[in-house]
Amino acid sequence: MTGRPEFKNARPSAGERDFSDGKWSMSGIMARKVGMTRIFSDDGKVIPVTVLEAKPNPVTQVKTIENDGYRAVQIGYRNQKKQRLNKPILGHLEKSGAPPVARFCEVPMPSGEVKPGDFLDVSMFTPGEKVDVTGVSKGKGFQGVVKRHGFSGGDTTHGCKSHRVPGSIGQCATPSRVWKNKKMPGRDGGRKVTVRNLEVVKVDAEKNLLILKGAVPGSRNGFLLVKKRGSGGER
Amino acid sequence: MDEVIKKVEEVQIRSDHPEFKAGDTVKVHFQVKEGEKVRTQVFQGVVISRRGGGISETFTVRKISGGVSVERIFPFHTPLIEKIEVVRIGKVRRSKLFYLRNKTGKAARIKEKKTYG
Repeated sequence: MTGRPEFKNARPSAGERDFSDGKWSMSGIMARKVGMTRIFSDDGKVIPVTVLEAKPNPVTQVKTIENDGYRAVQIGYRNQKKQRLNKPILGHLEKSGAPPVARFCEVPMPSGEVKPGDFLDVSMFTPGEKVDVTGVSKGKGFQGVVKRHGFSGGDTTHGCKSHRVPGSIGQCATPSRVWKNKKMPGRDGGRKVTVRNLEVVKVDAEKNLLILKGAVPGSRNGFLLVKKRGSGGER
Repeated sequence: MDEVIKKVEEVQIRSDHPEFKAGDTVKVHFQVKEGEKVRTQVFQGVVISRRGGGISETFTVRKISGGVSVERIFPFHTPLIEKIEVVRIGKVRRSKLFYLRNKTGKAARIKEKKTYG
C-alpha cells in the first residue's frame, strides 16, 4: 500500500470546508466578563449565568486561502487611544479602516461576506446554542498537589501523619532521577483555559450583552474569547 | 454591584410583594407543577430568615406540620410565587430566628407587634 490511507468521515480542514451553506458558521467575538448572577427560566428554575459584555469587534483583516493558506478573520477588541499604539499596528489598522483597538484575535470565518472594517457583534449568537469560552484563569499562587493536580491526599485520621503530601516521587536506582513532568506543587492558575459547551441563555444586541449558563474562566473585567461551535456538522 | 448586572436582574425583580421581615407570619401561595397541571399550594409559617440581595434574595419560612417542623426556603423573586400575604407582624430583636429550632411549644411563641394609628 502506498500513500496516505483515506479516512472515512475525516473532518475537512479549514481550507476545504464549504462555508457557503452556513453549516460551518464558526465565528467568535471578544468580550469582557461582567460577573455572575442568576436568571429564572419560564418554569421557575434558577439558572446560574455569567454576563459578558461584547461591544462590536471591528474586522481588522480577512485571511484568505490565496494569501494566507487558510480562511480566518482577525478582529480587534476594546478601543484604544491612538498614541498608545505603535506605528506598525496603526498602519495595519489603517489598511482595514478599523478604529484603534487594544487587542487582536483570530477567529474562524463567519458565514456570509465579511470585509475589513466590518463589525462582528453579539447578534451572531442565538439563545440555546452552545459556545466555547477561552480566558486566563484566576491565579492561585503556589499550591500543593491536592489543589493543583487533584491528588487525593492521605487519611486525615486513623493515625495517618501525611495528609496533603505528594508521597513518593519516583523509584530508586532505576531511573535514579525524577521523571520529567512529574506533578509537583507549584504555581497554579493564571493560565489559558477553555470552557466548552456553555449554553447561550440570552442575547441583548442593544446593550451588547451575552448571557451564558455557568461560569467562565478568569476574574471580573477579564478578557475572554467566545467562539461559536460548528453548527450542524460534527466536530 | 455592577450596574450592568443590576440592569440584567431588574427585569425579573418583583416589587409586588408586601414588606415583611423575620418574625412575621406569612402565607406563601406557591405554584406546584404536577405533570401537566399547575396547582397553587399555600405554605403558612414564621419567617425565620431573609438573606441575599438582588435577584438572589431568599427567605425561610418555618411551620409545625403534624408535630414535625418544616422549613422551606423560597427565592424571593421567583415567578412561581403567586402572592405573599402577611398574616401577623412579629416583635423580634434579631434578623435571624434560628433559635426557634431549639424551642418548642410556649417558648417558641413570638409576640405580636402592636401598631398604633
